Amino acid sequence: MAGFLIKRCAQAVFVVLAVTLLVAWAVRLSGDPAIMMTQGAGSFTAQDLENIRKALGLDRPFSVQYLEFLKDLVTFQLGNSFFGGMPVARLIGEALPSTLLLASVSLLVSLAISVPLGVYAAVHRRSLADQVIRVVSLVGLSLPNFWLAIMLVLVFAVTLGWLPASGNQGPTSIVLPALTMGVILTATNLRLVRTAMLETLTAQYVMVARSKGLSERVVLYKHALRNCAIPIITYVGLQFGNLIGGIVVIEQVFGWPGMGSLAFDAVAARDYPVLQGTVTVLALVIVIVNLLVDLVYGLVDPRIRAE
Amino acid sequence: MERRSRHWLRGLRTLEFGMGAILTATTVALVLLARTLYPDGGEAMDLGARLMPPFQDWSHPLGTDSLGRDLLARIINGGRISLTVGFVSVVGGVVLGTLLGLIAGYYRGFWDMILMRFADVQLALPFILLAITFTAILGADLWNLIAFMIISQWVQYARVMRGQVLSLRDREFIQSARAFGLRDARILFDHILPNGFGPVLILMTLNVANNILLESSLTFLGLGVDPTIPSWGGMLADARTYLQSAWWVGVFPGVAIMITVLGLNLLGDGLRDYLDPTLKV
Repeated sequence: MAGFLIKRCAQAVFVVLAVTLLVAWAVRLSGDPAIMMTQGAGSFTAQDLENIRKALGLDRPFSVQYLEFLKDLVTFQLGNSFFGGMPVARLIGEALPSTLLLASVSLLVSLAISVPLGVYAAVHRRSLADQVIRVVSLVGLSLPNFWLAIMLVLVFAVTLGWLPASGNQGPTSIVLPALTMGVILTATNLRLVRTAMLETLTAQYVMVARSKGLSERVVLYKHALRNCAIPIITYVGLQFGNLIGGIVVIEQVFGWPGMGSLAFDAVAARDYPVLQGTVTVLALVIVIVNLLVDLVYGLVDPRIRAE
Repeated sequence: MERRSRHWLRGLRTLEFGMGAILTATTVALVLLARTLYPDGGEAMDLGARLMPPFQDWSHPLGTDSLGRDLLARIINGGRISLTVGFVSVVGGVVLGTLLGLIAGYYRGFWDMILMRFADVQLALPFILLAITFTAILGADLWNLIAFMIISQWVQYARVMRGQVLSLRDREFIQSARAFGLRDARILFDHILPNGFGPVLILMTLNVANNILLESSLTFLGLGVDPTIPSWGGMLADARTYLQSAWWVGVFPGVAIMITVLGLNLLGDGLRDYLDPTLKV
């Protein structure tokens, strides 16, 4: 277990380095922030532009800038926004909880739908209900998430006026974005729960539990579902990157004040420190979640802990 | 009882596969015929008929958008973008990935290890975040988007192909091919590739669907293809402004995406059933 964890941690560090390097390199391809800042703000001489670059630290070689960024990352000093001078760490501190809240609520919504339905489909395998569930999840897989968001806004905000269409003004604001992501995630999770459950149901201990005369509910939810937890957790962990990616898009549609909105504003303004900070922190979150998943294995399955 | 239930199930699966094939074939045919059906490319404006509701006038069966352009014409022409991105990105990724996967799996060694480390990193990278960063920087352009998809997805095909090679390379028919003195290239391309290509084919179908979704969401956000070319994502971005008064501009382009992607997913599912009977449930 220890050797495995050390290997996983080394791999995680490698991934974070790869992401930071890619992003640092990419944002510098994007154009000159000195020119962006001065556009439409009167006339500037070449010397003025040079001074702005110097003030922002852009005149130094890329390698120096990158190493500086890494040093700052370790100490959680992510620099200041080019516009307004707000510390990036503070901007992220405000946005990240919103994104994580949306991610967890979406995941809960999805598990609340997909676990009971997936178990039902597996138990009633090949029945009409099973086929309906399968086809519906296939349709769900084919929905563009942003379009589902627009359709939900059209029905629940524009037509019925029950829920707010955008922003975060109180607890009802999270309903539509969380529902959108929840439905999208359910499409994949349903198939997963069903497949995992089908495999578990053929195991001998399930037969034993049944022959002991345990009620079907205890057999399914206590004996079988617990043993499905590992593939389900693994998959949810692997999908976490996609979940964050989806949320980044959904945040834009709903004007949800999270990391996605922050990143998009930064892209539009060529605000390097903010963009670099947001993408790096999100990548860190994804890597950490995947590491946690590996740790959770040990908790869920004592056999792995023993090794 | 069991036999009869299997019977109707098989019928249902065949029906689904057929539906997938028909949906995909229809979409491809319509898109190929787009310029013949609508020589103006969906750009003709009828300013007297702006935001006309659907199903009222046969000259605009699905209604018109805010500039009086025919919605059906724009949807059919917009499909050109989605299908081009979907198919070209996947074919590019498959050619590159399959080749490297074949070589890595057959010769193993140093380059194989490098490939697998690439695969680890690629699995953990937040794809859409990098896509947003790169397309924002390189500009909203069809070919930039396709290039980015190929660069970030070839590893998937390489991994799958490598796995197939590993399971095939020591089988008797490959050993006998080797014993006959066939060159490595012949063994790889004539014997291993055709026998191991099934899973790659399934992945391809599903990735065409995924890339169509990805392209439309990036274009919707203004980071995909040029917003002046008709595309499904771009049409939906325009539609947001008029959603309150004209639902149809927001509904139909999305339905087009859904039908196309559903067709491909049904096709992929059917292929999986056919190529891997152990998964048949």
